[in-house]
Amino acid sequence: MAIRRHSRFKLRDLFDECLAGLFARPARTLLTALGTVLGIASLVATLGISRTAGNQIVDRFNELSATQVTVRARSNGSSGGTNRTGAALPWKVEDRLDRLNGVVASGAIADVPNAGGIRTVPVDDPSAPRERVLPVFAASPGLLDAVRGGISSGRWFDSGHVAREDHVVVLGSDAAAQLGIDRLRNLPSVFIGDVQFTVIGIIDAAPRDPGLLAGIIMTSSVASSRFGVSRPERVVIETDLGAASLIATQAATALNPNAPESLSVAAPADPARAREGVANDVNQLFLLLGLVSLVVGAIGIANVTLVTVMERTGEIGLRRALGASRVHIAVQFLAESMAMGVIGGIVGASVGILVVVAVAASRQWTPVLDVWLPLAAPFVGAAVGLIAGLYPSLRAARLEPVEALRTGT
Amino acid sequence: MTEVELVGQFGDDAVAVPAPPVVELRNLWRVFPSEPPVAALRNIDLAVRAGDYLAVVGASGSGKSTLLNILGLLDRQTDGAYLLDGLDTSSLSDSERATERSRRLGFVFQSFHLLSHRSVEENVMLAELYRGEPRSGRLERAVDALTTVGLRHRIGFLPTRLSGGERQRVAIARALVGRPSLLLCDEPTGNLDSSNTASVLELFGDLHDQGLTIVIITHDSNVAGRAGRKVQMTDGELREVG
Repeated sequence: MAIRRHSRFKLRDLFDECLAGLFARPARTLLTALGTVLGIASLVATLGISRTAGNQIVDRFNELSATQVTVRARSNGSSGGTNRTGAALPWKVEDRLDRLNGVVASGAIADVPNAGGIRTVPVDDPSAPRERVLPVFAASPGLLDAVRGGISSGRWFDSGHVAREDHVVVLGSDAAAQLGIDRLRNLPSVFIGDVQFTVIGIIDAAPRDPGLLAGIIMTSSVASSRFGVSRPERVVIETDLGAASLIATQAATALNPNAPESLSVAAPADPARAREGVANDVNQLFLLLGLVSLVVGAIGIANVTLVTVMERTGEIGLRRALGASRVHIAVQFLAESMAMGVIGGIVGASVGILVVVAVAASRQWTPVLDVWLPLAAPFVGAAVGLIAGLYPSLRAARLEPVEALRTGT
Repeated sequence: MTEVELVGQFGDDAVAVPAPPVVELRNLWRVFPSEPPVAALRNIDLAVRAGDYLAVVGASGSGKSTLLNILGLLDRQTDGAYLLDGLDTSSLSDSERATERSRRLGFVFQSFHLLSHRSVEENVMLAELYRGEPRSGRLERAVDALTTVGLRHRIGFLPTRLSGGERQRVAIARALVGRPSLLLCDEPTGNLDSSNTASVLELFGDLHDQGLTIVIITHDSNVAGRAGRKVQMTDGELREVG
């Protein structure tokens, strides 16, 4: 007589009941999903922004650092590490380096120590020269291009100035401002110590060596003859993109074939590794923030689902009376919380993408987002909803029908 | 709904034997494990045959609702046997009891228990949700049930727009749509005025005339008077009174 049958809850019916449950209180559903929306949105936005920013950082890194090689003379450890083997580097680096395939420009530079105070002789008041203490550099003609410098007024010195040992200088824009020199039409002069120099140019950009903007730059020949700076301290090489590593291996030999080991060459880090490192650092931080937001969202869903279970006690009792098993009740509430998570995931991913695009647009960056991120967001939302709905669903399933019908009237 | 089992089918002298009672309670006890334990039902013996219209009356706390919960497979007896359509329910698992509820029983509650955000016909169709029947025809069956209770014109309405009597009729339609063996009613007119009460009782009378087995829990003598058979619950004990 006893034919054991189990009640069945069709998937389509589950879907319909789930939708009906969600749309029974649409405002509450939306507010509940808001937690997941914020969590997913912050996750997508932070990952997207970090990826975009990381890419931007790496792009800039590529642009400047990845095309720069710097060569220095190694310190002589026998004299306490401060005595430089200046003989290792020549001034005429352009002749030796520019012929290497991949070198865009090269130049040598050295500080001119103890050059003395800097005085100007303003045209409007010759009797009141100003004296400043400013850094003085000696440079080879190729340095301007090697540091990607830009001339705002006048010109840079050339090999003729070097050969003739002309007393000419180029001012950095900050130094020029301090000395009150803003135009070159009257051939202003500066006195370095007691030596007079004619200012032939002002530079306003030196991305590879911004310190030049604060100083006065003279030719290597004058620095050698007047201030005893016989050798450069470092050589700056601008390379083609991707050629830096190769040039780094060749530069020391080109500059000092007899003792290349006396030179140290600083080449940029591998760009791919740098990109990965930057992205990882940023991602870890923001991923943590996104996950925290997601946990907060999950707690919100759990909380509201639990309240919903309490409010729908009568409905649970009715469904049990109509033949729903405990599993049916649990599955229905789980499906509803999962659906809220999915809604949160979809809306959150959309909001996150908008944030990434907006931030990138405001910074004039190129937005970069892993394609899997928005695609995975609904699944992440569903998982959040599933986890958040576990306890409330089990609690709903555990309700005794008699008790549920009595308390839920 | 009366089932007849034929035995000795060969030849002309086949004999019709009545099917077992829809409800059969034997020495049934329900004791709540409190301190001290409370015996809500004591040694109940009861048989409800197909087509019976039984009223269970008694004061509050006499055990009426406990009896209805056990009849509705919403609660388990502590001792004794409950056979529903001949099926011994004591051996059923929780899930199997849910199945039997969906297939054999219809419930009408005092507070209607309608889902306020679902339309009248959706509330009725809810009863078929867990029966595993095909979805096709579900709406037609709900409309038929609503027609039976005189509410076809209320299709598409939300329960909140119905009167108390109409809501109870929707609940009755929901109970009927599964064609149950037994209709269990718990104070079905408790929230209705006299006019709606009369209307609902008239409906129960019609359903009984069509052969539906009805057990109705009430403390209203007027309601009990409409039933063909009446039992009295007193301190957990049951006694036939008419």
